Amino acid sequence: MSPTPAAPPARRRREGLRALVWLSPWLIGFAVFFLYPLAATVYFSFHRYDLFTLEFVGLDNYRYLLTDDRALTSIGNTLWLVVFMVPAQLLFALGVAWLVTRLKAGAGFFRTVFYLPSLIPTVAGTVAFVFLLNPATGPMNQFLELFGITGPDWFGDRDWSKPSLTLLGMWGTGNTMVIFLAALLDVPRHLYEAAALDGAGAWRRFRSVTLPTISPVLLFSAVTGVIYALQYFTQAMIAARVASGSTDSPGSSFTPGYPEMSTLTLPQWLFQMGFRDFSMGYACVLALLLFAASMLLTLVLLRRFRGLEEVS
Amino acid sequence: MNTAPATLGRTPASAARRPTARSLRRRRTLHWIAVHSIAIALAIMFVAPLVFIALTALMTDQQALTSELWPRSWNWGNFAEVFARSPLLLWIGNTMLYAGLGTAFMLLSSVPVAYALARFRFPGRRAAFLAVITMMMLPPQVVAVPVYLIWARAELTGTLWPLVLPMLLGDAFSVFLLRQFLLTIPREYTEAARVDGCSDLATLLRIVLPMARPAVAAVALFQFFYCWNDYYGPLLYASTNVDNWTLSIGLASFKALHSVQWNLTMAATLLVMAPVIIVFFLAQRVFIEGVTLTGVKG
Repeated sequence: MSPTPAAPPARRRREGLRALVWLSPWLIGFAVFFLYPLAATVYFSFHRYDLFTLEFVGLDNYRYLLTDDRALTSIGNTLWLVVFMVPAQLLFALGVAWLVTRLKAGAGFFRTVFYLPSLIPTVAGTVAFVFLLNPATGPMNQFLELFGITGPDWFGDRDWSKPSLTLLGMWGTGNTMVIFLAALLDVPRHLYEAAALDGAGAWRRFRSVTLPTISPVLLFSAVTGVIYALQYFTQAMIAARVASGSTDSPGSSFTPGYPEMSTLTLPQWLFQMGFRDFSMGYACVLALLLFAASMLLTLVLLRRFRGLEEVS
Repeated sequence: MNTAPATLGRTPASAARRPTARSLRRRRTLHWIAVHSIAIALAIMFVAPLVFIALTALMTDQQALTSELWPRSWNWGNFAEVFARSPLLLWIGNTMLYAGLGTAFMLLSSVPVAYALARFRFPGRRAAFLAVITMMMLPPQVVAVPVYLIWARAELTGTLWPLVLPMLLGDAFSVFLLRQFLLTIPREYTEAARVDGCSDLATLLRIVLPMARPAVAAVALFQFFYCWNDYYGPLLYASTNVDNWTLSIGLASFKALHSVQWNLTMAATLLVMAPVIIVFFLAQRVFIEGVTLTGVKG
């Protein structure tokens, strides 16, 4: 805030008031939908609460977390997504974006084709993928059959369910691809030419010119990708539901995670605990866990932002 | 970041094997063919799922259970069957309501907030911006329990209002994106307006908004699509009340209710996808520019 020209106090106060008025909807929203709920989440985490009775239980909810196998499984699955799905998506998006920059003909067409799946409604895309990867009759395994490969059980096999979700994620990675594409096209041409003159090969040019230039964009996409993975809910829920063939009439219970808890993510377990079993106090412990992880990542991002803040 | 040129290898080009013009041209042609072949193969892989969905949607019940990929007869009636078997129009109506009102409310609240963050100088400006980023990065599940309780106390659970009404208080992602764009508008324009005696609101409406049209359009489209595709929100608030189901909730239950009818499930899936695809082709430029906008801030 240093470059602010010295303003007389009266004017400063007036400007402050003006900003307050303009920002008031946001400030109310921040208080009602962030500050208050966050405090309440901490409060509930020390209580047993089921919508009717509220009972102080100290650290019981936290202690329970350590013995809750399914919570630990869900944390493991969420970490799996962070460690494998996010890098797979980023690398794939970068590869596709790089490919599009190399195209002399039809770059616009290909960009459209690669971007389109990312707009497909999540539920629709997931239902479709369960069908495509259907082990007995799905097109994917028939395609593999052409090469003499017997395809796996995909969404029905606990070892393949998360890779199947990763495939779905790679299909819908168009957003990241477009962002990378823009970043790649922004790399000054003369840097490549200088590198080429110095005899740098394609790989060396990529490592020494492209990568350093686009690294801020990469970092941003990585952080948002990880935060997105921490929230991963819909695809896993729908895939488990459709693949298990469970009926879901209102009132009947459906436990996510099919097959064998392999697609149970932390947000799903939180949802199950809080809004299906109404163990709301315990759900708040899981929520705080999620909060800690996402805040840690936000801090990483904010360190980047510090320099950018006053560029204007 | 700017150390790139310094870290470049200084190894001299191997002059010994200097390629001739002809071999260079041949190498270029081969490269061209290779790159375009890979792109075509990838494009087929990206489009194939959509093609198989469409083909299966047109099969008979029995054929959809076989491993055949091409419909033996084209059953266009499957789409009508989906409408007949499920309250698709109700779901579309609810989804439109959620997406339409959500987008309108978001614009109404977020544009002024973004403008104030981008243009006003006031103490705490930085803190306010950090708050926006924090909220943008916050997984919605973190505060889900207390927020749910707020709406339960207001007796609005079972409806879509808990998803629409908060949009009147600004959406963090939209505020962020709009602010980033508004920062790029030269200060001279707004200063000139002020010198001419324009009020803040008039400056925003007459000067800034017309210039920010691409960003506003992108943010509106993103919000609309987010609502249209949202499953978690409606599941949390509206799934207990069949009258308020959205397309996402309805489609998720569709397969369960018609478990062996992949053809109808795929027809329903296609019907949910179709509007999105159509809108995309109508407003493709806005999308691509908008997405690019989200990435240039690293």
